[in-house]
Amino acid sequence: MAEIAESGGGGHGKGKKRAKKSSTRVDMTPMVDLAFLLLTFFVLTSTFSKPKMLPLAYPAKTEDIPEGAEPPKMNNGITFILSKDKIFYYQGEYHPKENPDKDGSVTELIETNFGPGEKGVRKLLGKLNTYVLVKKQGLDDKLRRKEIADSTYLKSLDKIKVETDALKALIKTDDKALCKNFIDLVDELKIAEVGVIAPVDITPGELQLLKAKLKN
Amino acid sequence: MPKIKIPKSSPSIDMTPMVDLAFLLVTFFMLAASFRASEPVTVNTPSSISDKFIPENVVMVTIDQDGRVFFNLSGEGARREMLTNMLGKYKLKLNDEQINKFAFMSTFGCTMQELPSYIDTGADDRITFQTKGIQVDSTENNELHDWLSFAATAALNSAKTAFEEAKLNGENPVADDFKPKYILRVDSKAVYKKAEEVINVFRDLNLNNLNFITSSELAPIN
Repeated sequence: MAEIAESGGGGHGKGKKRAKKSSTRVDMTPMVDLAFLLLTFFVLTSTFSKPKMLPLAYPAKTEDIPEGAEPPKMNNGITFILSKDKIFYYQGEYHPKENPDKDGSVTELIETNFGPGEKGVRKLLGKLNTYVLVKKQGLDDKLRRKEIADSTYLKSLDKIKVETDALKALIKTDDKALCKNFIDLVDELKIAEVGVIAPVDITPGELQLLKAKLKN
Repeated sequence: MPKIKIPKSSPSIDMTPMVDLAFLLVTFFMLAASFRASEPVTVNTPSSISDKFIPENVVMVTIDQDGRVFFNLSGEGARREMLTNMLGKYKLKLNDEQINKFAFMSTFGCTMQELPSYIDTGADDRITFQTKGIQVDSTENNELHDWLSFAATAALNSAKTAFEEAKLNGENPVADDFKPKYILRVDSKAVYKKAEEVINVFRDLNLNNLNFITSSELAPIN
C-alpha cells in the first residue's frame, strides 16, 4: 500500500485537549487504481490505424459496342486471371487455338502467386515494368536534388505510366475469386507503378483455359 | 565508537510521478482514441500500401462476407434528402421520429419493406437484424441503384453548399476537396463477383472512379 494516513497529534496524557491534527496526505491508491483501469481500457479499445482508401478507376460503360466486336488493341499488356487464392497471367493479346498469333503461338496461362518470392507477382511486375520503374528512379533522384517540384514530379510520373512502353494490366476474375485476391493484385500493380489497371469481364475462352488449369 | 545507524527508510514510496504519468497517458489515449459508431455489420478489409485518407463527404457501399450489401451516406442533411426521395419513389411513409433516427444512423442495410422496422430496431440490435441487405440483383427492382442515384445527387448538393460556405468564409477552397468520394468497403472473404455487381450499379450511373477501403500495410523497401 502506498501511503497510510498516519495518526497525527494526540498522545498527551494531561493538559488541554488539542484538536486532532489530520495528516495532509491523502491515500492515493484508489485514484491510481482508477487511473490505470482507464488507461488499460483506452489502450485496449483505441485503434490507431485509420483505414485508408485505394483508388481504382473502372472503364466507363459504353452502350454502343456491337456484339462480337474486336477488343481494342493493347500494346505491352498483361492479363491477370484470378480464381480463389490463385492467380494466372498471360502476356499480350489473347490467341486461342483457332486464331494463333503470327508466329503460331497460342495463349497459355502461367501460374504465379501473391508472394514476394522468385515466382511471385511482385518480381514479375518489377521485371515487366522496368521501363516505368527506371524512369521513376530518375525522377526520384531529380526530386531528391530538388531539381523539380512535387507537382511536376507527379505529373511526369503519371505521363510516364501511360506511355506506350509502360505496362498495362487487365484483371479478369472467375466467380470464385475473393475480394482479397482482387485487392492484393491491384495493390501489387500499384507497387509496380502500373498506370493502367482495367478490371474487365472474362471471356468464355479464357474461362475454359482457367478451368483446364485449375483441374490439374 | 558509536554505531553507524542505517537510516530506516519509510516503506511508503512517493507515487506522485507515477500517478502523473498514468493520467498523462489516460488523457492521451482519451483524446487520440476515435470511437466508431456501432456498425450493423463487421467487415475485415483487405490491406494495401495506399496512404490516402478517407474524406468527409462519402457515399459508401459495404459488402460483408456473405455478400450482403449495406449503404452509408455521410451528412445528416444529405441523408434526409436521400430518404425523402427514396420514400417518394417507393410510396412509403415514415414518421418524423423515424426520419430523424435515420438521419443520424450510420451504415444501414435492408430492403425498402423492412426499412421502418429496421429503423425502429436499436442501434446495437441491428447487427442481428435478419435481412438480406439491400437488393441488387433484380434489374426491375434494383434498390441499390435508387439509393445510389439519390445519394449521389444529395452528396453533390451538400458538397456545393459546403464549397459556397467555405468561399463566403474567405477561404480559398478547391472544388475537388468537396466532391463526394464513392467508396466500397468489401470484406476480404467476400466473392469478387458480388462486388462486381455493385460496381456495375456504380458504373451504370457513370460513377467510374471508385475507392476501396483497405487497412494500411507497409510498402516494400526496394
